[in-house]
Amino acid sequence: MAEKKKALDLISRPIKAVNIGLDSFVESLKAQSVEVIHVDWQPPAGGDDKALDLLDRLESL
Amino acid sequence: MAEKKSIIEEANKKAAEKMISARPVLKDVRPAEDVIPNMTKNTILHAGPPITWDRVCSPMKGGILGAVVYEKLAKDFKEAESLIKSGEVVFSPCHHHNAIGTMAGITSASMPVFVVEDKVNGNTIYANIREETVKALRYGFYDENVQRKLEWNAKTLGPVIAEALKISGGIDLINIIAQSLHMGDDGHNKNTAENALFALKIMPFLVKTNFSSDELSEVATWMNVDDRFISTAVMAACKSMCKAAEGIPNSSVVTVMCRNGTDFGIRVGALGDAWFTAPSPRVEALYFPGFGPEDAGLDMGDSCVTETAGIGAFAMAAAPSMVEFVGGTVSDSISYTKEMFEITVTKNQNFTIAYLDFAGTPTGIDIMKVVRTGIQPIINTSISHKDAGVGQVGAGMTRAPLECFKKALGAFGEKMNV
Repeated sequence: MAEKKKALDLISRPIKAVNIGLDSFVESLKAQSVEVIHVDWQPPAGGDDKALDLLDRLESL
Repeated sequence: MAEKKSIIEEANKKAAEKMISARPVLKDVRPAEDVIPNMTKNTILHAGPPITWDRVCSPMKGGILGAVVYEKLAKDFKEAESLIKSGEVVFSPCHHHNAIGTMAGITSASMPVFVVEDKVNGNTIYANIREETVKALRYGFYDENVQRKLEWNAKTLGPVIAEALKISGGIDLINIIAQSLHMGDDGHNKNTAENALFALKIMPFLVKTNFSSDELSEVATWMNVDDRFISTAVMAACKSMCKAAEGIPNSSVVTVMCRNGTDFGIRVGALGDAWFTAPSPRVEALYFPGFGPEDAGLDMGDSCVTETAGIGAFAMAAAPSMVEFVGGTVSDSISYTKEMFEITVTKNQNFTIAYLDFAGTPTGIDIMKVVRTGIQPIINTSISHKDAGVGQVGAGMTRAPLECFKKALGAFGEKMNV
């Protein structure tokens, strides 16, 4: 019962969001007057596994 | 117990220390053909990495052809182009001659160039002298006014400054850059403080020269009209810092970033003279009245040697008023500097930023950090019209293409046998 109340509280209160990654999500939230902080993040080497593997090998030298 | 550093970290630390150790001094102004290595009467230097004539962008073509006519090697642009196509006139990157050139970077035999010496590392670097502010040869603009100004540079401006420098024994450029960062300059596109400081430092020696009061007045007036007069000497100082980090084994630190309006090119410490290129990026810009994005050429010039050495956009937290010229907000200018700490080896305590509690500027771009973080080096820059014969159309911000760094990383991996 307490769990359900917590969940209901979450959606009935104003939303405060932290967005990680794609900044287009920030714009949509801002357009709906939602308070949002954006964290500029992307996967290491932009998700390029080959570059990441090379970097790991170089850094171990 | 101290953390063991990898051999690359050790090499990069050494590279950054070499950059910071440079003590470039403006010693002289001489005709290019007298001092620049491998400069000949039929050589025209240009900005950026090497390029073939068919791929040269319009403003750089205009600048090269203008220089051929200025040197009286041809009577008009048509004849100038035929000399280039036949190989009788050669064009070559400034960086292949220990030189730098802003925008199109056009430097020809008789043009006076700043001579900047770094005795600590035994390097001498050369830089062309701006002849006009907006409608200039470096934007591919050549007319009778540009010709007159180039002739005045050679006949009056160069010799006057040269004699004053000789009497002075040389002007320390690190000192000027350091002070200017505390006075609102960034050292790339805002040089007002550098110019004023240089004028103050050279003045006692200008008045001791044997030139007439009219000639001295002309030179002093020009240093006031062109408030970026000294900027190319500062760029030569930055090149001397970067040059000191060249050839260090195992170093992944960037020693050259430059662009020719078609390609953006970089060089890396351990990788010698190899170029790693990608298409020149567009610039997010503020345009002069009457111009817009449709008029803009792609990123061009050797001037991002300032960012390579850790000033320019890397030091924009020191120059918040620049956003009036290049766009964005004051908080953007602070963020740019903070972001560049993520991709550089060290902070240069010779160049400090008051707003950041006197933190040193982010110095020694590491290709490994760039590729891992995806953070591309930030650059502030002027923009040429896409066509020759128009001039500057605005200024703004851009980023070095990630592709250059990925290509360099591949070659670096091979070099390191991993």
